[in-house]
Formats: sequence, structure tokens, C-alpha cells
Amino acid sequence: MKQTRSKIAFTPESQESLSMTGKPVLHYLNGRGRMESIRWLLAAAGVEFEEKLFENREEFEKLIQGGTLMYGQVPMVEMDGMNLVQTRAILRYIAAKYGLYGRNLEEQAWIDMYVEGLRDLSDMIMFLPLSLPEEKEMNHDYVLHRAMTRFFPVYEKALRDNKQHYLVGNRLSWADVQLLEVILMAEECKASVLSGFPHLQDFKVRTSQIPTINRFLQPGSQRKPPLDAESLGIAKDIFKFEQGMFLKNMSTVVAEY
Amino acid sequence: MAGKPVLHYFKGRGRMECIRWLLAAAGVEFEEKFLDSPEDLEKLAKDGSLMFQQVPMVEIDGMRLVQTRAILNYIATKYNLYGKDAKERALIDMYTEGILDLTEIMLQVVISPPDQREAKISLLKDKTKNRYLPAYEKVLKSHGQDYLVGNRLTRVDIHLLEVLLYVEELDSSLLAPFPLLKALKSRISSLPNVKKFLQPGSQRNPPVNAKQIEEARKIFKF
Repeated sequence: MKQTRSKIAFTPESQESLSMTGKPVLHYLNGRGRMESIRWLLAAAGVEFEEKLFENREEFEKLIQGGTLMYGQVPMVEMDGMNLVQTRAILRYIAAKYGLYGRNLEEQAWIDMYVEGLRDLSDMIMFLPLSLPEEKEMNHDYVLHRAMTRFFPVYEKALRDNKQHYLVGNRLSWADVQLLEVILMAEECKASVLSGFPHLQDFKVRTSQIPTINRFLQPGSQRKPPLDAESLGIAKDIFKFEQGMFLKNMSTVVAEY
Repeated sequence: MAGKPVLHYFKGRGRMECIRWLLAAAGVEFEEKFLDSPEDLEKLAKDGSLMFQQVPMVEIDGMRLVQTRAILNYIATKYNLYGKDAKERALIDMYTEGILDLTEIMLQVVISPPDQREAKISLLKDKTKNRYLPAYEKVLKSHGQDYLVGNRLTRVDIHLLEVLLYVEELDSSLLAPFPLLKALKSRISSLPNVKKFLQPGSQRNPPVNAKQIEEARKIFKF
């Protein structure tokens, strides 16, 4: 799906007016990365948000020097008077605020388990473009194998066993939103990845039709396209990570440990 | 019927140690079933006890919880160590996630192949003294209180103490420029439940040794 890339003009006036609208302001580069789950969750909750997307290393350094990044890292979301950093902290805050985090401690625990599993899988998919060329195909196969044998069966079983349209508590939660996001990411790697998972296929169709989510899936929304070679180059320049670095660690740390 | 939580892991720190710390700090007695061999892990996985075929796993309140953060969140909420409202939780989460990132870097050092160790230790020391310790010192300085969030003990004070002890094991000079962190370390260490956990004979684990790493490699196949 081709997305148009909108560039926000950072004049002093527009910066003031952005923070005064009361909408959350997302700070990241112009791409999915670790911010995409946050975009999904806000969108699913029907929350309008603004974005300040940096295009190069200099703009990122300016943000760091501004002192709003607790660890010098993004994602960062300005929301309710806070400069929130750390993806999970941000997601949890949004989920709780908009009633997407279950109704009791037990439901919270199930949601946490489900989203943590999805985070492990989505990190692996996210870091695939950073594979060394000679490892690309092997990593690709490994991640898809993991998706289809370790992760998807869990969610398929959950939907099958609880006979509901949602993973937890018979209503939409953070876990459902993230599951849809990860299903779509996996399908971008291999279109037939859901074959053998009828409940996930059904889930995908139904959840995509939820009005707020459906809107987010339309062209022109704030959803970002998959990484291409050019954006990967920009991301590497901004964040200064080396190719091959992550997936070496991923397979030891995330997968088997 | 409330039995004690049962922790399933190998006998070492790894990804279970922060959970042991939190339970201990909350004054919750717990049991442990140690995985001694690859077969033990396979059996647990085949039982259907492990949602993603992985440990840590904690049996608690009729559930088999997996995923370190899910387990920590449950314990913290249940035992009132997660702040009083959403904003305190947000701060606790921001600080905790940074600590977990730092712990992850430490774990990478432990499991790294020998030829990469030195580089990883260097990276760890750099991040510790330039990114993480300054961030937490700054938080304490900003409000001048005895605890990181909400002027009372929460989970993040425990997580921070744990990681400060690991920093000390790595290189005690790293803590020197951070007086408020040193003071917090002393204060939290003296809390009765924590003090007990720090005594010999508790369920706390020592730093991993080469033999344990080899055992873990066999069990977890890395």
C-alpha cells in the first residue's frame, strides 16, 4: 500500500500550536520502527495525534539536546503534560487510559502475556532488514518458522478456545490491536503466513472492519509503509546501528532463552 | 486456596532474578522448581505449561504466567507496588524499562562469545555511566525524595537497587559520581524484607559462573 509521506514544517508558531491542541505529539523518524505500535493503539482508540518526524541525524540530535528524552532515545510521546519514553511505558499508558487494558488484574495479566509474545515476534520481523546480505534468507526463514510454530498457534488457540471475537475479556483490547498489526507485518514477509490458521484469518477480517482501525488502514492515514532501501539508509544514519548487529543477538536472546 | 507462587527456571539469575527480588521485597514467600537439564524444559513445554515454550514461568493464583514483564506487572499490582494512579505508573514504567534495557545489556555480556566480551563490557560501562545512572540520579535530584516515584516504595526502587548491585559487581567506581543513587542503595538495602533477601541463605542468586553458563547453554540451547 503506497502511503504519502507528509512533512510537517517546523516553524516556531507551528510548534506552539501543536502542543496547544492537547493532542498527543509523537516524536520519531518518518517510518514504522518502534513507534508504529503506538500509532496503531492511538488510532484504534480513536485518538487523534500529531507527529514531529525527523529526517536526519542533525534533527535527531537537536531533539536530544532539547532535554525531553530521558535516555536520549525515541519513541517519545508528549501526552498529558508528560514526555513519555520507552515503547511499553507509552503503550501501557494509552491502553489504560482508553479502556484497552482489561477490567481486572487477571485480564491485565493475559493481555501482558499476549503483547509481550507479539513484541518478541515483531522485533524479529522489524530487524530483518538489518540482516547481513548473506544471512538474509536464513533469517527470513527462521523468523517465519518462529511465527508459524511458536507464536501464531498461541493466538489461534486462544481464539478457538474462548470462542470469542477478541483475545481477552470478550472485548477489544491492546492485545487484539497488536495482534492485527503483527499479522499484517508477517503477511508482508509471506502472504500465505496465515494458511493453517482459520481463526486468525477470521480475526484479521473482523478486526480490520472496526471503524477506527479500518480508517487507519486506509491510504492517507498516519500508518507508515514498510521499510525500503532508502528509509533503511536514513534510519541507519540517524540511529547509527550496524547491519547484522541485531539479528545476531535476537536469535540467541529472544528466541531460545 | 492460596498456595505460594512457584517459580520455574534454572538455578541462576538470568531473567528470573528481578522477579525473585520483587516477591522478596513484597514479603511474599515463594517456591522454586529448578530446570537442571534440557529434558526438564522440554517436559514443561510439552505439558502445555509454557505459553511460548519459554521460561521464566510463575504459577500464581491459578495461572501460569510467562514473560518477565507480565509477571512483574502482576506482582507489582497485586502487592501495591505500582504507584497510586496512571501517571505514577507511567513514570514507574519509564524508569523500569530503562533498568530492564540495562539488565539486558548485562545479560548480553554474560552470554556473549569470548571474542566479543571485551567490546560488550565496554559498551555496558559506557551506557551505565553515560545514559542510565545519570538519568536516575537526575530523577532523585529533581524531587529530593527518598524513593523514585510518589514518595513511597514502589517496584522501581527495588529494580534499581538490584541493578545498582550488579553495577557494583562490574566496577564499583561506576557509582562514585552518583551520591543520590548511593544513598538510595543504602536506604532500600536496609528495608526489612530487602535486608533479609540480601543475607546469605536467601533465594537470591550469586553472579553467574562459567559452569552455570554452560549448563544454561545446554538447557536453553544457545
